[in-house]
This record gives sequence, C-alpha cells and structure tokens, in this order.
Amino acid sequence: MVQTLYTQKDSNVRKTWLLVTTSLVLVIALGWFFSYLLQSTAILYFAIVFAIVTNLIAYWHSDKIALAMSGAHQLQRNDNVELFRIIENLSITAGLPMPRIYLIDSRQINAFATGRDAKHAAIAVTAGALAELNKNELEGVIAHELSHIGNRDILVSTIVVVLAGVIAILADWFFRISFFGGMRSRDDDRGGGNYMMLIGIIFAILAPLAATLIQLAVSRKREYLADASGALLTRYPEGLANALEKIRGDEVSLRMATNATAHLFISSPFKGKQGTSWLAKLFLTHPPLEDRIKILRNMELNQ
Amino acid sequence: MNLTYIILIIIVVLILWLASSFNSLVRLRNRVKEAWSDIDIQLKRRHDLIPNLVETVKGYAAHEKDVFESVIKARSAAMGAQTVNEKGQAENMLSGALKSLFALAEAYPTLKASENFSKLQDELTDTEDKIQAARRFYNSNVLALNTKVEQFPTNLVASMFGFAKEQFFQLDSAQEKEPVKVQF
Repeated sequence: MVQTLYTQKDSNVRKTWLLVTTSLVLVIALGWFFSYLLQSTAILYFAIVFAIVTNLIAYWHSDKIALAMSGAHQLQRNDNVELFRIIENLSITAGLPMPRIYLIDSRQINAFATGRDAKHAAIAVTAGALAELNKNELEGVIAHELSHIGNRDILVSTIVVVLAGVIAILADWFFRISFFGGMRSRDDDRGGGNYMMLIGIIFAILAPLAATLIQLAVSRKREYLADASGALLTRYPEGLANALEKIRGDEVSLRMATNATAHLFISSPFKGKQGTSWLAKLFLTHPPLEDRIKILRNMELNQ
Repeated sequence: MNLTYIILIIIVVLILWLASSFNSLVRLRNRVKEAWSDIDIQLKRRHDLIPNLVETVKGYAAHEKDVFESVIKARSAAMGAQTVNEKGQAENMLSGALKSLFALAEAYPTLKASENFSKLQDELTDTEDKIQAARRFYNSNVLALNTKVEQFPTNLVASMFGFAKEQFFQLDSAQEKEPVKVQF
C-alpha cells in the first residue's frame, strides 16, 4: 500500500512537469505558426507571454478558479462544526494539515478536492452531500478527498483545469454559440458564418486535445487508489460504498458542471442527458460507480 | 587493475546503499516524533479542559468529593507520565475517572441540563476523538519505522547506528472505529 502511494506521488510530479511543458510548447508552437502565416512577430511574442502567464496562473490560482467555477463559497468553523470535526479528525489520522472547506449550493451529492499542495488544499462539498449522507458516508467521501490531497493528485488535476480548461470551456461555449448564433446569422451575414465555421473547426480539433490532456492527468487508477486509501483512513469501506450507492441513485444535475472541472469531483457531476452528450463522453474520466462499489465491498482491512 | 576498479565500485555502491538506508531511517524516526507531538497537543487540550469541567460539576454536586479527587489525581498522573507506555496507561485511568464524573450527570438532572456542562462534555468528546485520530497516525508511523528496523538488510544499518523500535500508543477505546450497531 505504502509503496503504491509513493509511486503515485512521483508519477503525479512527473505528470505535472509533462503537462506544463506540453502546454507551453503547444501554445508557443501555435503562436509561431500564426505569426509565420500572418507575417507578424507580435503574435509569437503574445503567444509566449500568454503561455507563461497561463502556466503561472495555473500554478498559483487554479484552485480559486476551480472553486469559483463551481460556485463554491468558503465555510467557517462555526457554520458547520460537525463537518469541521469530521474533517479535522480525518486530517489528523492522515497526518495532513487542515484544508479549507467550501460549500457548493447544489442538491446533487458530490465533493472535490483542489489546491497546489497539502498546505494550500481545499475541499468542497455540495449541500446535497451534507443533507443526504449520514456521518459514516460523509466520512468516506471526505477520506477519499483527503487521499487525493495526500497522494498529490490535486496539483495535476487542478493545473489541468486552467491549462486544458481554457480550451474545453471555449469549445463548450462555441458549440452552444454556433448552434444558436449560426441560425440567426444565416441570412444577414454570410461572411460571419464562415468565420464562425473556421473557429468551429479549430475547436473541433482542440477539444479532443484538451480532453486528452485531462485524461493524461487523471487516470482512472487514481480514483480506485483514493477509494482504497480513503478506506484505510476510516477503516470502514462500507461508508464510502454506501455514499457511492447514494450518488448512483442521485439524479439531481449540477448547474455549474463544466468539462473543465468535472474530473475533480468524486463522481461525474453530469447526470442523465447531460452525461450522454458527445462532448461529455469525450471528457469521461470517472470509472464506473458499480466497479468502485464492488471493490470497496470486497475490501479486507487487515492491519 | 581491473580488480581494483571492481572493488572500488562495490565500495561506492555499498556507501550509497548505507547512506540511503540511514536517511530513510532518520526520515521515519522524525515522522514518528512529529506524529507524537500531534498526540501531545491533543492530550494537553484534554488536560486543560478537566479543571473547568470539575468546577462546573462541583457547582451542582458539591459533596461528591471522591469523584473529583480521583479525576484530579488521574489528571496529574497523566500530566506527569513520561514514556509512551506510561502515558497510555495514565490516559486510560483518566478515562475511567471521567466516566464516573459523567455518570453523576444522571443523578443530577440540573447538571445534565446545564449548558456549560454539555458544552464541556462535547468538547471533551471531540478532543478524545482527535486523540484517537492522532494515535492512529502515530501508530502507523511507528509500524513503518519498526518494520524498517527489523527488516533485513536495513536492520544491520539500524543496529549499527542505534535506531531502536518505538512503542505503539495503546489506548482503551470502546469506540475504536467499529461502526455503531443499532439494535432495536
């Protein structure tokens, strides 16, 4: 167990570097291509600055961006003493500093962890999770999130929110705009339509690229691993298994869900129709809940 | 000529292995120490809560002197304990004494209804939960150190530089993370 956790940590550090370099190279290469095409060195300079700035923002601020995108607001200890105690106790068991706690105003049962390291970590929980889960189940979910913090999963998965997320969000938006805007502009502005078409093609290429980046950063293996180390923290895998069972039965959709942040959550925030769209499937990062529950139920804790 | 190279390489490899084993032992031992200081913080918090609690109970049940005395005695014994084993035993004694203190609440309904009392009781329960949490983190670190100290070949390095096994922190815990079974 210990062995796998440490190897996971190393692999996450490697992935972070890979991700940062890939995004730098990619953006600068794009900038070079366009500056060559349009005979303007300004574009290249802009691309270089843009690449460096996004990476800096990704490292320092992506946790805040991820939290803001999910509409989470910070909780103080007095707001929910019971929740704070659960998290304090599990943090002590895991040997981690106390993370900041956020609440997402949604009836959906979900949670995620973010931050660049254990000292700057945050856990966000939905109001639905607090309302629907009992103490054992909530502990299971929190332990899973703390394991992501302990395994250093959060840095990679949070940085990718900004790096790949920018592209994912633009692609997301474009699909909506081209759908509604395209019909409106058919008669009066042909040139505009063509222009939109071009952007559409560019993003049709970029979206899978962003998806690949996210898939690269978040392997399905790490969800199983966080389940396992979370169960080791609470000594009660049934708690998380029951929580996942409830999440499976939950059909409330999360209004603030985007492809850029979906991979952060303990389970995909897209439900029903939202989850079966072509774009959502492209970004699919969560292993099936059935498998996770089955593994947790078969777990034996001997130590 | 070739032989000296081979010997040299073996020596270098040996030194590298020695250094890395030594360093990993140091790291594990420091983790144990750090984990212990977590427990100490929570134990201190527990001890700090007790005088307040005793005073509060005194206000409602002044003549139960035996109970107060045993709690105070157990507290100072716990504060004076030195080794990990001693501390574990002293804390268990303290838990026993506190149990009889809380039992008083059943006999004195006004005490049970007191807001101050229930707040202190709540804080004490929280602190005890945290001690259990810190204990589990400490014990898992001790396990990692002890395994390394016992395992071949690091046990050679450990005995060479005097790395000893550490004691586990034992506490009686009825609520040892077994899920509470509700029976009707």
